[in-house]
Amino acid sequence: MSSNRPSSESPTKPDSTPRFWNDPDKRALIFQGLIVLALGAFILTVVSNTLHNLEQRGITTGFDFLSVEAGFGILQSLIPYSEADSYGRTFIVGLLNTVLVSFLGIIAATFLGFLIGVGRLSKNWLLAKICAVYVEIFRNIPLLLQIFFWYFAVLRTLPSPRQSFELFGGYLNVRGLYLPAPILEDGFGIVWTALIVGIVATWLFKRWADKKHDESGREYPVGLIALGLIVGLPLLVFFFAGAPVTMDYPALKGFNFRGGVTLIPELIALWLALTIYTAAFIAEIVRGGILAVPHGQLEAASALGLPRGRTLRFIIIPQALRVIIPPLTSQYLNLTKNSSLATAIGYPDLVSVFAGTTLNQTGQAIEVIFMTMAVYLTLSVLTSIFMNWYNSRSALIER
Amino acid sequence: MIKRSLITATILSAATSGHVLADVTLDAVKARGVLQCGVSTGLPGFSNPDDKGNWKGLDVDMCRAVAAAVLGDATKVKYIPLTAKERFTALQSGEIDLLPRNTTWTQTRDTQLGLNFAGVNYYDGQGFMVSKDLGVKSAKELDGAAVCIQAGTTTELNLADYFRLNGMSYAPVVFDTSDQTVKGFEAGRCDVLTSDQSQLYALRIKLEKPDSAMVLPEVISKEPLGPVVRQGDDQWFNIVKWTHNALLNAEELGVTSANVDEMKKSKNPNVRRLIGLEGPKGKGLGLNDDWAYQVIKQIGNYGESFDRNVGAGSPLKVNRGINALWTDGGLQYAPPMR
Ligand SMILES: N[C@@H](CCC(=O)N[C@@H](CS)C(=O)NCC(=O)O)C(=O)O
Repeated sequence: MSSNRPSSESPTKPDSTPRFWNDPDKRALIFQGLIVLALGAFILTVVSNTLHNLEQRGITTGFDFLSVEAGFGILQSLIPYSEADSYGRTFIVGLLNTVLVSFLGIIAATFLGFLIGVGRLSKNWLLAKICAVYVEIFRNIPLLLQIFFWYFAVLRTLPSPRQSFELFGGYLNVRGLYLPAPILEDGFGIVWTALIVGIVATWLFKRWADKKHDESGREYPVGLIALGLIVGLPLLVFFFAGAPVTMDYPALKGFNFRGGVTLIPELIALWLALTIYTAAFIAEIVRGGILAVPHGQLEAASALGLPRGRTLRFIIIPQALRVIIPPLTSQYLNLTKNSSLATAIGYPDLVSVFAGTTLNQTGQAIEVIFMTMAVYLTLSVLTSIFMNWYNSRSALIER
Repeated sequence: MIKRSLITATILSAATSGHVLADVTLDAVKARGVLQCGVSTGLPGFSNPDDKGNWKGLDVDMCRAVAAAVLGDATKVKYIPLTAKERFTALQSGEIDLLPRNTTWTQTRDTQLGLNFAGVNYYDGQGFMVSKDLGVKSAKELDGAAVCIQAGTTTELNLADYFRLNGMSYAPVVFDTSDQTVKGFEAGRCDVLTSDQSQLYALRIKLEKPDSAMVLPEVISKEPLGPVVRQGDDQWFNIVKWTHNALLNAEELGVTSANVDEMKKSKNPNVRRLIGLEGPKGKGLGLNDDWAYQVIKQIGNYGESFDRNVGAGSPLKVNRGINALWTDGGLQYAPPMR
C-alpha cells in the first residue's frame, strides 16, 4: 500500500495512527453497524410489505380486535370470564391456564424426578432397577402419545357423573375430579397473620442460630422449630379462632356436579403426562449431578466423622445442585413449551384458546401468533432468569 | 402440526410476496392441472372418504364441479382435509384454491378475512344432539350441561349466545376435529353435542349406537354454508359462483347427467345457453364453452348431488326442505344464465 501512495510523507516515520479502515477495531465497528442497518432495513421491509399485502388482500390488521367481545365460552378459567368479555381477556385466560399446568407440572416433575434419580442410585437392587425402567420407558415414548394415553385410555373409561367414584369427600368421573373447596370465613385473616408471623420468626431464628453456630459450634433444632412456627402456630390460632372455614362440597345437580373445585380431565391428563415424561429426564439429571460429586469428597466427609445425613446435606447436595440446575432449567422450559400440546385434547391453554379459537374467529393470524410467541419467549426468559439467579447462589464460591 | 405450518406459510407469503393475488388462481390451477380443494377431515354427506379412500359428499361435488368446469375433468382434484380452525389460513395462504367445507357465510368472515363466499350450497342451522337416556325433550332444559363442540366454528359462538340469552350455564368442551367431538360425546365427557343440524345427522350415524342419541327440535341459528375463495381474484370468484349457478339452473331446467347429451338437441334457449350452445358461453369466465356441459355430465345437477350425498339416496336421508329449488318452495335460486 505505502508504495502506491504519493510519497510526500516521510517513509521512515511509522504511521502510528493507521487509516481507520486498517484499524481492526474500527473496521469491526463499521461492519457491525452495517449489519444492524441491513437487519433493520430487512425487518422494516418485511413489516411494511406484510401490512401492505394484508391490506391488499382485505385482511384486517392491528390490535383493535383485543377489545372486541369474544362471544365464546371457555371450559376453565382462573379469573372470572364470560362470553361477554373481550378477546383480550381470552388471551389472559389462556395464558393463566398455560401457567397453571406448567407450574403444577414443574413442581410435580421435580419432586418425582428427584425421587427417581436418587432411587436409581439406591443400593437396593430392585428399587434401582424399577427406577431405571421408569426412565427408559417414559422418556422414550413421545409425549403426545402419553397425553393421549392418559386422556383417552385412562380418564375416558371412568364412569358417568351418576356412577361417580367417591373419594375423600370428592367424586371422580369421566367429567373430572370434583373436590370439596374450603371457603374462608371472616375470621380467617388472623390465621394468615399467624402464618406470616411464623415465617418471619423462623427466618429471624435461623439467622440467630447460624450466628451462634459459627461462634460456638452449638446446634439448634432449626427444622423442628421452623415446623412449629410455620405450621403449628397458624394451626393453633386456627382452632382458637373457632375454625373459621366451611367446606363447599360438590353435589350432583341436574347433569353435573356443582360446587367445590373441579379438576377437568383435560388438565389431569396433561398434568400427569407432562409430569411423568419430564420426571424421567429430571431423574437422569439428578443422577448425573450426584455422580459428579467426586468420591474423595465423601471419603473426606467420613474421615471427618460426619454422619450420613449431614454428608448428604452439606457435602453432596450443594455440589450436585451446581451440576443439576442448568440442565434442570432447560427441562422446565421444555415442560412449559410442551404444555402447548394441550390443544390436542382440548385443554384450554394459550395455544388452544387464543392461537386457536380467537385466531380463527378474528382471522388475525399474524397478531395472534406474534402475541403467543412473545408469551412463550417471556415465560422462558423469566424461568431462565430465575434459575440463573438460583444457580449463581448455589454455584461454587472459589476461595 | 399442520396448523403451525399453515400459519407460518401465511405469514411468510404475506411478508414476502410483492404483488397482489389478482386473477392468478385460474392460471395456477390450469398450469398445475389439479384443483386443490379444502374439505373437512371427515363428515358424512358433505366431505368424507369412502372405504376405498375416494372423497364423497355435497362439498366434494363442489370441488369436482369446479375441476370439471376449469380442467374438463372432475377427477383432477387434490383434497386437502382441514379442521375448522385451519381452514381460513389454508385459503389465505394459497394452500388451497377453493374451500367448500360446510363453512357458514358470516359478515366477519366475508369482510375481515380477505375471503369471498361464492354462494350457498346448503342452508343449515345449528342444533343439539343428546343421549336418549338423558330424558331431555328441549334445548331449554339443558341448563348446566357439558357441551361438546368443535373449535373455530360459528357453533362455538351461537352456543354461547343461546345459553346466555336463555340465562343458562354450560361447560364448553372444545375439540379440534369432529371425530374427537363425537368420541367425547360417546364417552360421556359431555351431555350434548352441538353442531350444524345436517352434520348432527351425519355425526349420529358415525356413533356406535346411533339409536341411543336423538336430535332436539330447536334450531338456534342460520348457517348458510357455501364455497369460499380468496378476495381480490374476481375471475376465480366468478367461476366458482357460476359453477354453482349452473348446478342449480340445470336442476331447474331438468337437465341431468343422464340426459345432458340429449339436451343438446333441445329447442329451449335456456337449456341451450346452459350447456354453452348459445349465449355467453365460456368467454367471460376464461373457460371452454362447454364448461357447464362438463359439470352436468360429470357431476349431475344440484338435485342429483343432493340426493346422492345427503338426501333420499344416502344414509342421511335429509329432506330437501329449505334446500329445495325456489320453484318447489325452497330457497335455492340461481340467477339466469344469459
Ligand atoms: N358451519 C360451521 C361449522 C363447521 C364445522 O366445522 N362443523 C364441524 C361439525 S362438528 C365439522 O364439519 N367437522 C369436520 C371436521 O372437523 O373435519 C362453521 O362454518 O363454523
